[in-house]
Amino acid sequence: MNRIQTIIDKEWSEVFKNRVVLLTVGIMPVVFTIMPLVILGVMGSSIPGGDSADVPPGFAQVCGAISGSECLQVFIINQFMLMFMMMPLAIPVAIAAYSIVGEKTTRSLEPLLATPVTTEELLAGKGLAAAIPAILATWGGFLIFVLAAPLVGVGPAVHASLVSPTWLIAILVVGPLMSILAVNVAVIVSSRATDPRVAEQISMVIILPLLMILFGQIAGVLVVNARLMLLVAAVLVVLDIGFVYLGARLFQREAILTRWK
Amino acid sequence: MIHTESLTKQFKSKNKQPITAVNSLTLDVRQGEVFGFLGPNGAGKTTTVRMLTSLIAPTSGRAVINGLEVGRDNQAIRQTVGILTETPGMYERLSAERNLTIFARLYGVPDVPGQVQKYLRMLGLWERRFDEVGSFSKGMRQKLAIARALIHEPKVLFLDEPTSGLDPEAAKLVRDFIEDLKSEGRTIFLCTHNLDEADRLCERIGIFKTSLITVDSPENLRQRLYGRKVVFHLQQLDPAWVGVVRALPFVKEVQAVESRLVVGLDRPEEQNPVLIRTLVELGAPIQFVGELRHSLEDIYLQMIHTGIAASQPAGEVHA
Repeated sequence: MNRIQTIIDKEWSEVFKNRVVLLTVGIMPVVFTIMPLVILGVMGSSIPGGDSADVPPGFAQVCGAISGSECLQVFIINQFMLMFMMMPLAIPVAIAAYSIVGEKTTRSLEPLLATPVTTEELLAGKGLAAAIPAILATWGGFLIFVLAAPLVGVGPAVHASLVSPTWLIAILVVGPLMSILAVNVAVIVSSRATDPRVAEQISMVIILPLLMILFGQIAGVLVVNARLMLLVAAVLVVLDIGFVYLGARLFQREAILTRWK
Repeated sequence: MIHTESLTKQFKSKNKQPITAVNSLTLDVRQGEVFGFLGPNGAGKTTTVRMLTSLIAPTSGRAVINGLEVGRDNQAIRQTVGILTETPGMYERLSAERNLTIFARLYGVPDVPGQVQKYLRMLGLWERRFDEVGSFSKGMRQKLAIARALIHEPKVLFLDEPTSGLDPEAAKLVRDFIEDLKSEGRTIFLCTHNLDEADRLCERIGIFKTSLITVDSPENLRQRLYGRKVVFHLQQLDPAWVGVVRALPFVKEVQAVESRLVVGLDRPEEQNPVLIRTLVELGAPIQFVGELRHSLEDIYLQMIHTGIAASQPAGEVHA
């Protein structure tokens, strides 16, 4: 545990001196938290007459008894929450890509592998160093969003949808599972990449399924609800197990020293 | 301290054919010895070091480091050995002190600040301890990498090209430091292309090109390859003297090279006085006398190119 802690300390003290990583980790939560608050605030004061005709028919059915303008707000919140879910994917990718490819380019991995640290400790340390900031940023941003939403005119019915099981499952369960997936995708991509930016860009492919859900909801093809979130969580558990296994295989000492280019 | 038996490493090529990087290496390095491991680029030196430090697994054979078996006691081996890799990457954005602290903690060093201070002072980096390593010169980085390899006080140290790319002053400092480590009784496995350095530092050298060609002390290798020779620098050389010297019963061979007389002897310490007396009696104007020493480079090149010890001198001779 002490060695894992040391690796996490090392990763944070090194990676957070990198401006690209710092911007990704710092700006995303701020933008994804403040932007919806501003838009909801503007919406609340300027278009109180919006109605459920502005949302896809499938979604309007979900709104039930709430008013048309509230239904529109819930719909918009849902879009922002899906964008919010990019954080647990994008932040770990940025950190892990710079951490692993950075070590490759500076040739600092071999001395690290020569220490008594086990492969599991090393992978856990690097993985946690990438995932923890993402999870904390997501949870912190969500907490601020939940607390600040009533202050920008979000009514109790809309606010209730924000803290509904759907988004609690999304933030508390799906978010961390996404981060684990993102870290392992970054490890796998980083084993072949020689430039952190390339590794980051390729790894960002994992955002695509999330974007499909986002556009699916906008198009009215699907509605994000607790059942869908549980299904996503179940799929992520399976994917995480597979990718952790693959990542761990690629992260063996011999593979790193002889096959990583 | 280091023992290998038929240690072999094969890699798979792109077309799945096995490529042998290290072939049946059998070697013993004694405790407290500085052992030079010499070979051309691509000979398998780094692969050998990686196997001996439990970074990669041998395909076959056995290696024991300080009583610990590679493959079975890998973590304990990594705790016991220190390694300076050929390109010693550091955490560029972190300070020298932070770099060493991280490794001290990973090695489980009991007094981390004390140990970090000890090696930063010892290698003359204490004043720059809070500076980012990215701002360090190559010599300073190399010193820091050596400090990192030593931070956990390893009994066995693997140094891969420790003075490569350093200016003469920094290289001398590193060599002196290796001498100090030797006097502390540490076992040092030194991979180097600097043959003069190997000659100065190593008790024994192994010449290696996928397989081990030979192991011996530089001095024994000289004698095995070239015998012992004494060179007499004369003001002028009378060819008749060559025959007289050759007739002496203890003389093995005589060569006249310009105004020099090169004489092969078994025991120059005992035979030189007789030889000098003979030459003086012949009226030979001796300017000075010295033992002819072939450079380790001569030995190395001959071994690498022929793979066997030859009897004929090779390369330039240095008296």
